[in-house]
Amino acid sequence: MISPLLSIRGLQVRVADKQILRGIDLDVGAGEVHAIMGPNGSGKSTLAQVLAGRESFEVTAGEVLYRGRNLLAMPAEERARAGIFLAFQYPVEIPGVSNVYLLKAAFNALRKHRGLPPLDAMDFLKLVREKGKLVEMGEELLYRAVNEGFSGGEKKRNEILQMVVLEPKLAILDETDSGLDIDALRVVANGVNAMRSPERTMILVTHYQRLLDYVVPDRVHVLLQGRIVRSAGQELALELEQRGYGWVESELAEQPRAT
Amino acid sequence: MTTASKQLHELISRPYPHGFVSDIQEDRVPAGLDEDIIRTISARKNEPEFMLDWRLRAYRHWLTMKEPHWAHVHYPPIDYQSIIYYAAPKLKGDGPASLEEIDPELLRTYEKLGIPLHERAALAGVAVDAVFDSVSVATTFGAKLAEKGIVFCSFSEAVQKHPDLVRKYLGSVVPPGDNFYAALNAAVFTDGSFCYIPKGVRCPMELSTYFRINARNSGQFERTLIIADEGSYVSYLEGCTAPMRDENQLHAAVVELIALANAQIKYSTVQNWYPGDKDGKGGIYNFVTKRGMCRGANSHISWTQVETGSAITWKYPSVILRGDSSVGEFYSVALTNHRQQADTGTKMIHLGRNTSSTIVSKGISAGFGQNTYRGLVKVMPRAAGARNYTQCDSLLLGERCGAHTFPYIEVRNPSAQVEHEASTSRIGEDQLFYCMQRGISAEDAVSMIVNGFCREVFQELPMEFAVEAQKLLGISLEGSIG
Repeated sequence: MISPLLSIRGLQVRVADKQILRGIDLDVGAGEVHAIMGPNGSGKSTLAQVLAGRESFEVTAGEVLYRGRNLLAMPAEERARAGIFLAFQYPVEIPGVSNVYLLKAAFNALRKHRGLPPLDAMDFLKLVREKGKLVEMGEELLYRAVNEGFSGGEKKRNEILQMVVLEPKLAILDETDSGLDIDALRVVANGVNAMRSPERTMILVTHYQRLLDYVVPDRVHVLLQGRIVRSAGQELALELEQRGYGWVESELAEQPRAT
Repeated sequence: MTTASKQLHELISRPYPHGFVSDIQEDRVPAGLDEDIIRTISARKNEPEFMLDWRLRAYRHWLTMKEPHWAHVHYPPIDYQSIIYYAAPKLKGDGPASLEEIDPELLRTYEKLGIPLHERAALAGVAVDAVFDSVSVATTFGAKLAEKGIVFCSFSEAVQKHPDLVRKYLGSVVPPGDNFYAALNAAVFTDGSFCYIPKGVRCPMELSTYFRINARNSGQFERTLIIADEGSYVSYLEGCTAPMRDENQLHAAVVELIALANAQIKYSTVQNWYPGDKDGKGGIYNFVTKRGMCRGANSHISWTQVETGSAITWKYPSVILRGDSSVGEFYSVALTNHRQQADTGTKMIHLGRNTSSTIVSKGISAGFGQNTYRGLVKVMPRAAGARNYTQCDSLLLGERCGAHTFPYIEVRNPSAQVEHEASTSRIGEDQLFYCMQRGISAEDAVSMIVNGFCREVFQELPMEFAVEAQKLLGISLEGSIG
């Protein structure tokens, strides 16, 4: 069997003295799209951020292999350069730094890592304009300070724009669909679908099923109280939508946990 | 400590790059201050009688004054009798030095600092007056500027060649008894730059003074006087560095700007005096009085400062808005790292009708740095229609530094409009993580965030200076992210 792109074993994470992840096991193959669903507080965002390299989250046990490398030993910027991208649930504002400047710095940092010369401002702008069409983002947003005064939808589109420009190997979308109106949701979904390829793996962290109407996942996992309690195909998402998370919780309570 | 803060720590622990000492023969007076020392300084400079009288009056007044202690800074008492008040590189011949007569070591010093004094090699479009310890050693492009009637020379030369202008304007904005340090400066100042732009002339190049303290135990007391006659324009830059020494050195300068009707003066400073080591040993005490007078209608004075050096900074570049519809501006970035302390800001005094002022202050504190903004906006009864906008932002790096804001507002005319906005933020782990998750290194991320914070001020700097200022911030940054 080919080893998966991402392999998580027994991952336990503590945030501010609270145990959030209690032993996650997950394999994600190259080119696959996985959805991780679960109620608020189940640990979805913690998992996403730990994979991206958030250092204030303390890993207390377990290991993560990414393309055969020990991911947990890599600092955040190295993970980014190795192709991991996190679309943030709450993208931060950076006053005075223009959106396009940050994106260019990121793009050229990745090129440098691959031994390529930086793209100059003209060529980069051409590239961004081309990719910007995909997420239907107004050009004026490129010149505003990063996320400053952006609406919720604009922030999420901007994350997707960064994703399509940076072309990661593993994209983790942390509730990118939450708080979006139907048009913005469609735009985000288009961006994600346009990025689907055998070379690109995606993890969609989501609370609701509705993004999955547009982006059909290969696998759906349910995260509950820091553990993946159920994994199945796309049909699991629909079932969750109809029956709610309470259904999984009560079913779990009925059967003794396998050890 | 997270990886980000470790990398930050390395970044900020870079040594001060201008801390070397030049081996130069100097002519100096004994340490200490009395009337004889002042007479000696005046005699060395071959000054006319009125200058000596002016100095002595200032000195006698200074003796009656007390060192101010209202600023939010702390330092041991200064022994004014242990300071050497005059130290000048020895010249080979008498009279005004040409570059050939200057000690080659001195030329090398300025080259090392990136300020070549040979006009052939000089920065394009920038005329430089180089002040080394107590005296001006060279002024570039003086002849070229003279073709337009512009006077740009050392203060000493101005006293000899343009005594009427000096007599008319010296002390007209900062009187000798204005404050303790201004009085001390008036008594002992040894040189500085002088600049006069005639009516209707737009100065074709940036004028600049580069201050260098070299001698041990000496103070630097220079005085700059800039007069922009009616309808003229000048942009002026000031830069400064000093060797690394364990003891503190006093720098007490005075800058006076005078803008007549419809004239504009843009004064930019990048202050990078030696800040002391990381434990607060050594460094320059930068106690400076800078003030501009918008004398005529529609005159315009703007101060832009980037303060990254000095152990202690105490300075409030101010504008007296006397002419109707005159405009005063103050744009400031002050960075304190390690044990540095800064108490800086501005005063905008509105006297004329429809005068307006803008204050944008950006304070950055890292390490154990203490950064204070202190500002006064004063609208006098005659100043109908006066307007002020003040924006005061502080950025904290780490947990042990401090930011303080003391805005004073005094309005005595009901038609005035005064706005004040203030904010304090911390470089968040969130911001750093966001940038690093995009593949940007921690140090580039911090530099990007800090430069973004300062953008409104950097926009006001001339191009080459803005680039310099950004680099300087990168070098001066220290303190870790918690």
